[in-house]
Amino acid sequence: MSAPAHTEAAPQPASRYSLGELMVAAAAREVRDGELVFVGMRLPLLAFVLAKRTHAPRAVGLFENGVIRETPAPELLYTMADPPNLQGATWCGSMLEVMGLLQQGRVDLGFLGAAEVDRFGNLNSTWARRGQQNIRLPGSGGACDIACLARRTVVLLKHEKTRLVERVTYLTSPGYGTGNDWRRAQGLPAGTGPAAVITTLGVLRFGADGEAFLDSVHPGVRVEDVLANTGWTLRVAEQLKQTPPPTTAELAVLRELDPNGFWTGVV
Amino acid sequence: MAAVTKQVSLREAIARHVRDGHTVLLGAQMEQMIPFAAGHEIIRQGRRDLTLIGPISDILFDQLIGAGVVSRVLAAWVGNVSAGVGYCLRRAVEQSIPQPVQMVDYSNFTLALALHAGALGVPFLPTYATLGSELLARNGNLREFPSPVNEEKLVAVRALRPDVAILHVQRADEFGNAHLWGNFGVAIDGARAARQVIVVAEEMVAPEVIASDPNRTLIPGQLVCAVVHEPWGAHPSPVQGYYGRDHQFFIEYHEQSRTLAGYEHWLRHWVYDVPDRRAYLERLGADRLATLTVRQPAFSAPANFGY
Repeated sequence: MSAPAHTEAAPQPASRYSLGELMVAAAAREVRDGELVFVGMRLPLLAFVLAKRTHAPRAVGLFENGVIRETPAPELLYTMADPPNLQGATWCGSMLEVMGLLQQGRVDLGFLGAAEVDRFGNLNSTWARRGQQNIRLPGSGGACDIACLARRTVVLLKHEKTRLVERVTYLTSPGYGTGNDWRRAQGLPAGTGPAAVITTLGVLRFGADGEAFLDSVHPGVRVEDVLANTGWTLRVAEQLKQTPPPTTAELAVLRELDPNGFWTGVV
Repeated sequence: MAAVTKQVSLREAIARHVRDGHTVLLGAQMEQMIPFAAGHEIIRQGRRDLTLIGPISDILFDQLIGAGVVSRVLAAWVGNVSAGVGYCLRRAVEQSIPQPVQMVDYSNFTLALALHAGALGVPFLPTYATLGSELLARNGNLREFPSPVNEEKLVAVRALRPDVAILHVQRADEFGNAHLWGNFGVAIDGARAARQVIVVAEEMVAPEVIASDPNRTLIPGQLVCAVVHEPWGAHPSPVQGYYGRDHQFFIEYHEQSRTLAGYEHWLRHWVYDVPDRRAYLERLGADRLATLTVRQPAFSAPANFGY
């Protein structure tokens, strides 16, 4: 799944890049300098490292197994507890300490994945439905905690009608519930909730009422394609943007981190 | 009175301390130092009706579920960290093969709080995590309550006291005093919440080595009922400073456990047909182990305990 060649001039967008690379670049731009970030694995981890190497050098990565890192791990990681992620870490300790920072409101951003995301940004990673069959998935991990307690969350997933659904089959991790002041009514801390859903077709953001809208489409993607692949009538921003492609500088870093497209090639 | 050694074989530790119907904490350190050797010994000894507790158990829980030793799982995530879903979990939950398994779904934080409450000896601890989620609605150990000190809603996470915690560590002495390093996940609370602790160590050391760095003694021996020397006991998960993650082994398990027959073949090959960890390692082969050993040691700076 490659995005079409792109030839705009400033600020030096790369001419050829994969869809995975585009998504990682979009995710990286969600990280602001100096922020404390719940990193996760795979594409979010790459996005975090990309952000650190470009516009957010002072961002700090937090891993729920009990690790804080200020420098990128020297090798490709399969899990957050891989030895290269622990060697040279700033701090290693217990999960409870990391979750305590999260609950205090100190964590600015958390990256999440899910089997399903719905109209109000609720996530399901526990049960999926395939036809008449219910499929048991691994479950929350730390996703529910991050969705409840991080100031902003960003979700990455493949854009399919069966995955962007009107209402999640099982609400593992709360987004804006049924909209408006649902989070406050549940007792969730103020100033928390989903900020963006980055898919293989575009980027969704959330209105003041908690409902998702299409904020940008990836280069070469038509709005009709996004709408046809979304399980509800998706609102579209009045000034719909195009997702900025990765710059040559971003792409150079990404290809150094993932030279063979091991992670970015599989979205 | 001289202290009595707690060092026993893995077979003896499991036979003595893990009983049918027990709740057992495994995989407390998340993706590293998962006590696979101990889990396989539990399968070989034919335990039944266990309740497993663990945050992210990787494929060990999947293997135990497939082997029919488990009736209940209290966890935040059960699957294969390298490859996604766990097929034995799916067969058990969706089709009751080889037997039904009740899932009690936690988040990582609420499972950690449950063990912390157990470690502190209180009946519950409060949190905002899981408010608004279906975990809260369906897990009877999570209950919403009004805060007694302000107007907020909170979730009471009921304390968990596992019958046994099995914890893999880098090194221990024969009295169970254990040094571990890297990330701890819920291991420290788990060791205190559990009624009994089995320590499985990569290396046995003299008590003087333990006492040279008491900050690293995260499991004091008084909590420990048995200590086992089992090098490579956490393979295919990594042990910092000893060996790396055997990523390929997780992928192979994923492929082979896709069908029931494939899983049964896997189980025979890696569990039933090998009497102990030594035989497992012979089957794995020296070449494979060599690819996983530490290539470049990285020692921490010594801390001066002098006075």
